Amino acid sequence: MTKSLILVGVGGQGTILTSKILAEGLLQLGFDVKMSEIHGMAQRGGSVNTQIRFGEKVYSPIISSGEADVLLSFEKIEAIRYLNYLKPDGTLIVNDYEIYSLPVLTGNEKYPKQALEMLKSTVPNTVVIKASEIANNIGNIKVQNMVLLGAAVKRLGLLDLDWISIIKDYLPERFHELNIKAFNAGINEA
Amino acid sequence: MKKIMTGNEAIARGAYEAGCEVAAAYPGTPSTEILENIAEYKQIYSQWSVNEKVAVEVAGGASIAGARALAAMKHVGLNVAADPLFTLAYTGVNGGMVVVTADDPGLHSSQNEQDNRYYAMHAKVAMLEPSDSQECLDYTKAAFEMSEKYDMPVLLRVTTRICHSKSVVNIGTRQDVGVKEYKKDVKKYCMIPAFGKIRHHIVEEKLAQLRDYADETPLNRIEWGSRKIGIITSGISYQHAREVMGNDASYLKIGLSFPLPERLIREFAEGVETLYIIEENEPYLETYVKSLGLNCIGKDIFPICGELNPEIIEKALKPEKSRTVYALDIPIPTRPPVLCAGCPHRGIFYALKKYKDVVVTGDIGCYSLSVMPPLDVTNTVICMGAGISAGIGFEKAFQQAGKNQKVFGCMGDSTFFHSGITGLVDAVYNKSKLAIIILDNRITAMTGHQQNPGTGKTLSGEAAPIIDIQQIAKAVGVKDENIKVVDPYNLLETQEALQKAYEATEPFVIIAKRSCALLKEVQKNRANLKCSIDTDKCTQCKMCLKIGCPAIAFKDGIMVIDQASCNGCTLCMQVCRFDAIERTGE
Repeated sequence: MTKSLILVGVGGQGTILTSKILAEGLLQLGFDVKMSEIHGMAQRGGSVNTQIRFGEKVYSPIISSGEADVLLSFEKIEAIRYLNYLKPDGTLIVNDYEIYSLPVLTGNEKYPKQALEMLKSTVPNTVVIKASEIANNIGNIKVQNMVLLGAAVKRLGLLDLDWISIIKDYLPERFHELNIKAFNAGINEA
Repeated sequence: MKKIMTGNEAIARGAYEAGCEVAAAYPGTPSTEILENIAEYKQIYSQWSVNEKVAVEVAGGASIAGARALAAMKHVGLNVAADPLFTLAYTGVNGGMVVVTADDPGLHSSQNEQDNRYYAMHAKVAMLEPSDSQECLDYTKAAFEMSEKYDMPVLLRVTTRICHSKSVVNIGTRQDVGVKEYKKDVKKYCMIPAFGKIRHHIVEEKLAQLRDYADETPLNRIEWGSRKIGIITSGISYQHAREVMGNDASYLKIGLSFPLPERLIREFAEGVETLYIIEENEPYLETYVKSLGLNCIGKDIFPICGELNPEIIEKALKPEKSRTVYALDIPIPTRPPVLCAGCPHRGIFYALKKYKDVVVTGDIGCYSLSVMPPLDVTNTVICMGAGISAGIGFEKAFQQAGKNQKVFGCMGDSTFFHSGITGLVDAVYNKSKLAIIILDNRITAMTGHQQNPGTGKTLSGEAAPIIDIQQIAKAVGVKDENIKVVDPYNLLETQEALQKAYEATEPFVIIAKRSCALLKEVQKNRANLKCSIDTDKCTQCKMCLKIGCPAIAFKDGIMVIDQASCNGCTLCMQVCRFDAIERTGE
């Protein structure tokens, strides 16, 4: 049975690195894994998504609507944008964090209030993680991706793997301590 | 050994294992990481070339000299490189030669979605089309073998979803083929008409042999399932089709996309009740199948425009299946890509926006984002180089119409080296009044910070001579007084240069020189530089919002600057009329 996971956020938030670590971990767990990301222009503050599919044998790297077991959103509005990907009984993990896009900053478009409340009332399995707040408390907002990774790994029931050593493989040594702290905080939070 | 790799990483690995000796490319999404990964294999000499034509010629020369050689580019890059490719098809190779074309169905990061499978047919060279990372590795190796066996360059065609998707790959070891002996052979390698005529006959003979091979090779394979539905497909479309149809269909998976296997296609068509062709963009396979007099369904139900995905295929082949999806029916803001906070391009476009009566011909790079509001200053974006050359055309047409309208042509530093120099020479030679702006951010930024002839470093990170854009402008004849080098963070200096260019009646060159704000070194040096707004002085005139900086927001009734993303470029400070913005840090 193939499982699907979609990570969404804003260019620069670290969704791609998070996906790479997840994909590597799934490979080590013995799954066939495919991961698809689109980068390029979307890097410049645009909406980004990466998709991971794993199971015994995976063909397409692309998730269809209503098929994602987990939607991991690094930003509130992006959770709404990609909500159609989530399975009816799927889990939404959402970072309680707002990033205003340029049309909002310039006042041409509005950022909806109550986004989190609306998500919670729509999706029964919603897990809200204050990843940016936790990351800030640890010492750097940039490690919010590792907080979310920890939360996702816990919720996917994949704790039975040495994720710390994979994180170490993907990051320079000077960032290890901070990122591992963030990852563990994410596990506890979820 | 099993590894998870992107298609691009696997192509690099395939080149390494095949004993590739020389590789060249110009960066372009989605192909860029092929050369970046090849550069990690120190046994291969690799380089960024100034453009794709040069890259293919470098690879072609290396191949004739006896080395296995590879050139990689995005789809539109092959337009630039088409000239050498078509004639290298005649000369053939010595060491195997592979040209990678990375197409971009869905235009994730491109100006068009041309289908480069037609190039194989047009240039008369074999084409392979992998459908996952394992095949990227295997087919790259097969392409080198095939190139030597059939004495022709081989095209390896991938798409964004192949390049940027990761899947599991079994890696092997490097084959030590070395560099073959080179023997002078003018009848083979000097394509003057007398020899070219002979070579054309040889090309046709080789293609005939390849057609036989196409029916035999395991690169094309039939996977029998239910015979009610037969699907001919290739590349990523194969993966999507299998995902949706499983064993409810049979598949003819095409790996060698040119020349196509006539006998195999006939055999497959006879074995199934209804034949479908599933392919992205153009009806390349479909046209061929129909030319054999076979009935099939393709673009009648599958779109030509955009990427395919499992859902589109499911809707077409299993229309009865419905999906339950969540929906939150509230308007949400769009999130278009924007110039980054502290982007040096912002200053020049903000200053240029003041001129309401000018035309701005743009080019390919981050600065194409100047098309978007609130900057909104670019009139055309066509291809690499057109920022200058199309500007010349505009200016000449206005002249013919008796209009005295100023034209500004913009392009980046890497683009200037790619195909701007020829336009600049054309402007000087043809006495154009074009004002040219080179947005010199000291790197090839859009594709993720690749070195170029202006940066002083090579692909492998070695020191290299810095080619000076100002000296080039002088050398081709732009007068000293018509060349201005400005810091686009300095609005006044930028405005003065623009005004001079606006008034000029001769070719004028402005070089806006300031490193990309995302360069690691720049980020480190400017880490403590921040602008902030004094809310007591701020009148909320919102002038600072007009520069379109993503760090500046009107939030909860006040103007604020996000301290995490601001790099203290001070552009907002310079446009504020009330001295309400100050910069801190060193």
